[in-house]
Amino acid sequence: MPDKKQDLIDQQLQDLNNDGVDRRGFLKCMAWAGTGLVWTMSGGIPVSRAFAKGYGKDAGKGGDFSFVQISDSHIGFNKPANPDVTATLQTAINKINALPHQPDFIIHTGDLSQLSKPSEFDTLDQALKGASAKQIYFVPGEHDMLSDNGEQYLERYGKGTKGTGWFSFDHKGVHFVGLVNVANLKAGGMGSLGHEQLEWLEADLKGRSASTPIVLFAHIPLWTIYPDWGWGTDDSEQALSYVKRFGSVNVLNGHIHQVMQKVEGKVSFHTAMSTAFPQPAPGKAPSAGPMKVPADQLQQVLGVTDVNYVVSGRSLAIVDSPLADSGSSASGENAGVDSTLG
Amino acid sequence: MTRTKVWIASLATPVMIALLLLAGSSSVRAADQPAAANAEVKIDNFSFGPQTVTVPVGATVTWINRDDIPHTVVSTDGVFKSKVRDTDETFSYTFTKAGTYPYFCSVHPKMTGKVVVQ
Repeated sequence: MPDKKQDLIDQQLQDLNNDGVDRRGFLKCMAWAGTGLVWTMSGGIPVSRAFAKGYGKDAGKGGDFSFVQISDSHIGFNKPANPDVTATLQTAINKINALPHQPDFIIHTGDLSQLSKPSEFDTLDQALKGASAKQIYFVPGEHDMLSDNGEQYLERYGKGTKGTGWFSFDHKGVHFVGLVNVANLKAGGMGSLGHEQLEWLEADLKGRSASTPIVLFAHIPLWTIYPDWGWGTDDSEQALSYVKRFGSVNVLNGHIHQVMQKVEGKVSFHTAMSTAFPQPAPGKAPSAGPMKVPADQLQQVLGVTDVNYVVSGRSLAIVDSPLADSGSSASGENAGVDSTLG
Repeated sequence: MTRTKVWIASLATPVMIALLLLAGSSSVRAADQPAAANAEVKIDNFSFGPQTVTVPVGATVTWINRDDIPHTVVSTDGVFKSKVRDTDETFSYTFTKAGTYPYFCSVHPKMTGKVVVQ
């Protein structure tokens, strides 16, 4: 119907947040995600480009860059859901190395190991040596805290971090903050950042220009997805209040071993797939935990997340690619989910 | 028929003697904890089962992890704390004082349980 079509165009042209992407327009973009289109605003008119073609060329120009998020490698896990998590991690690394534009760095959002064993961390390090991206940032998952409150983890990955492993860094004008919400967990609770870290975060963000794009990353989701399964962070509200004034905030998490996304004002939340095993959707199983899928489908439910930052559009394009896809995210049913976030 | 009755009677006597001996022996060992008072808690599907277990003073509770994910057993009051337990590993604690002992899994804190010792 012509009216509906006009409404659609009007909605997409509405720019309520002054950041180039209207919330309704964004949601409409999501509906296109399966076809691998990326929307940017150019002179107020939405312009679409096929992802695989577009970003490969333009990345690297004038401050644009990309990085990759991987998560939940669980090295040491060897149950039926995936008897060889090292092999699937290797597949993920190969996939990253084969990207048309190489990422500036990799972020691992935790659960590096299954049991915090030195041999497990060793195996992970060995595999990551083969990544062409040499800079890797880590935050721990609860599985990395199993030996003396994460001492093993801190020894290996905690250089330059504070407390239980939190830190921040700047890259080409974007401010990245790695948070730890898996330490000192309280009975009956979910993830927890803790008072000391929240104080540090407030101080870390103070004085930064509101136009600085912010990326927060932590293991457990910083928004409440499913409290019964502990999928949330008890004191994330306070952390999010510190980033409210910024024009562009992206939150990257892991822990739930599946992709979930939410946009709330200028804050976009995203969780990544695991490179080890999938988990059930909230409430769709008696509990969380490793979910067995037919062997030939395993590689479709594991994946990596490619994040492209485009300075001119001030947008972050987040693409989740299953390990099994053919390499071009614009193709086939297994195409990753594209989302352009302001 | 008479033979059957005699046969039953001759069986019954040793059985009765055995039962009496057992009864006698358990009253002799009244100070020891009968095995039935110890309890087992199965960890599976991110939960402790039974969630609340009641035992007498001196009983030992054994947790066994039947889940495909490691868990811990940690008293919220600092009374006991297991190392991480992977699938099929166990943790035992003997409760020498009456009281209520809430505990949780420090890795997955939504998992909670309680031991009542009376």
